[in-house]
Amino acid sequence: MAGQSEPHISLFSAEEVEFMAEDELIEIVPNMRMAPLNFICGDFGPFLPQIPTQVPLWLAVALKKRGRCAIRPPQWMSVENLTRVLEGERESQGSFQFNSMKALILCFFVDGSARDDIPDMYMVRSLIEDIRDVRIHKVETSLEKFSGTSAVKIPNLSAMEVNIIRPFVGRALQAFYKHDNPEKIPDVDRASSQQTRVANNEPRRPLRR
Amino acid sequence: MGSSAGEWSAEQIDDYETLISTTDVELLKKAWRNEKVSPEILPFEEALVKRAKEQIQLMEETVDDFVESGHDPLIASLYQMDLDRAQFLLRSYLRVRLQKNRPRNPSGFAIEKFMFYIWKTDTYRNRLSMEEEKFTERCIRDIGKHLEETVLSNLPDNYQSVLNQSVISEEDDMVPEPLLDTFVVAKCERTTRPLYLDGSRQSTGDDHFLMVPGDLCILRYRPFQEELMSGNISLV
Repeated sequence: MAGQSEPHISLFSAEEVEFMAEDELIEIVPNMRMAPLNFICGDFGPFLPQIPTQVPLWLAVALKKRGRCAIRPPQWMSVENLTRVLEGERESQGSFQFNSMKALILCFFVDGSARDDIPDMYMVRSLIEDIRDVRIHKVETSLEKFSGTSAVKIPNLSAMEVNIIRPFVGRALQAFYKHDNPEKIPDVDRASSQQTRVANNEPRRPLRR
Repeated sequence: MGSSAGEWSAEQIDDYETLISTTDVELLKKAWRNEKVSPEILPFEEALVKRAKEQIQLMEETVDDFVESGHDPLIASLYQMDLDRAQFLLRSYLRVRLQKNRPRNPSGFAIEKFMFYIWKTDTYRNRLSMEEEKFTERCIRDIGKHLEETVLSNLPDNYQSVLNQSVISEEDDMVPEPLLDTFVVAKCERTTRPLYLDGSRQSTGDDHFLMVPGDLCILRYRPFQEELMSGNISLV
């Protein structure tokens, strides 16, 4: 995939995407008593044993590492549900409202720190990866229908998934635009002629990494 | 399917984001993303940066108090993490703006790529903070001096300008300008008025484009500049 094979041209680095994802809320079940936390990024708690509460992922991981809570995986994160989503994605042309990247990042954190909280972690993870690949493949094939317009809606795709296809799709559209309006951009800088070539080669490349 | 994957539906994520975007951290994150994605420099978020600085300072004092008073070390470390995250975000925002004054491609020779352009364009210059203005001025002076001493003074008389190819140039043709016709990914925050993609305000047929909250689009930056400034869309 374009963004992955050329990480240096991704606008947001993996670390930055991770940083943003760490603000996602997740449910934890504390096993200790702690007063509410009044953070700059918001107020969380109070924390009472066995009472579930919502906290940002980074906080959940920090508490989990210290053995102060259990992380509750979201309901969608089950093998049955993910299998259904994957089948649905494969069968239909449209996409579902499912944020595969967010899910994958969540997996990454949960896998690293809370393996014991989630059954079938390995299956869950590989299912989500498959879902992501199918979804991104769909976008890349639908690119053939893009014309040189100035705006394209990308329904049901998440911002994080977009980060993967951005370098390729963005430059492809740019190339279309350039060819449609030769007078408007008489001379885009030299670097972009090289980029255009990359973009033109792209569709012929196999989509597998 | 809707119910099982419902947690992630765009509407809910959107509701949730409007709810949480009341925190300055969330606003700062949005400003950072916008700045990172847009091809031009955006107005400096002065009030927001000031508020964030104050909150960070307050939190620093709180953390110090915790440590001194021998409070539960767990709580102190959690507050420290929150503080680190807020600081990281603020630094990233300030840094991405400075780097914008520079070329995106660090290996390129034209080091202070957009500096000269920002400096001679009032709209852009007014978007800088006081400190950024000072920084830009100093950079232009130093780079100008450096180029002068190392290269330009050795060239024939007609080719000694930093800004022009030669004395016959009518414009500053050595000053790179931001490419506003690049494509960016944007998320709709508030319903936009119909936009005409050729950039005009008049309809030329039914070539208009309407976004509703939650929509994600790849679009050419230039026609959407105003929508971004008014906060109707944000860049991702």
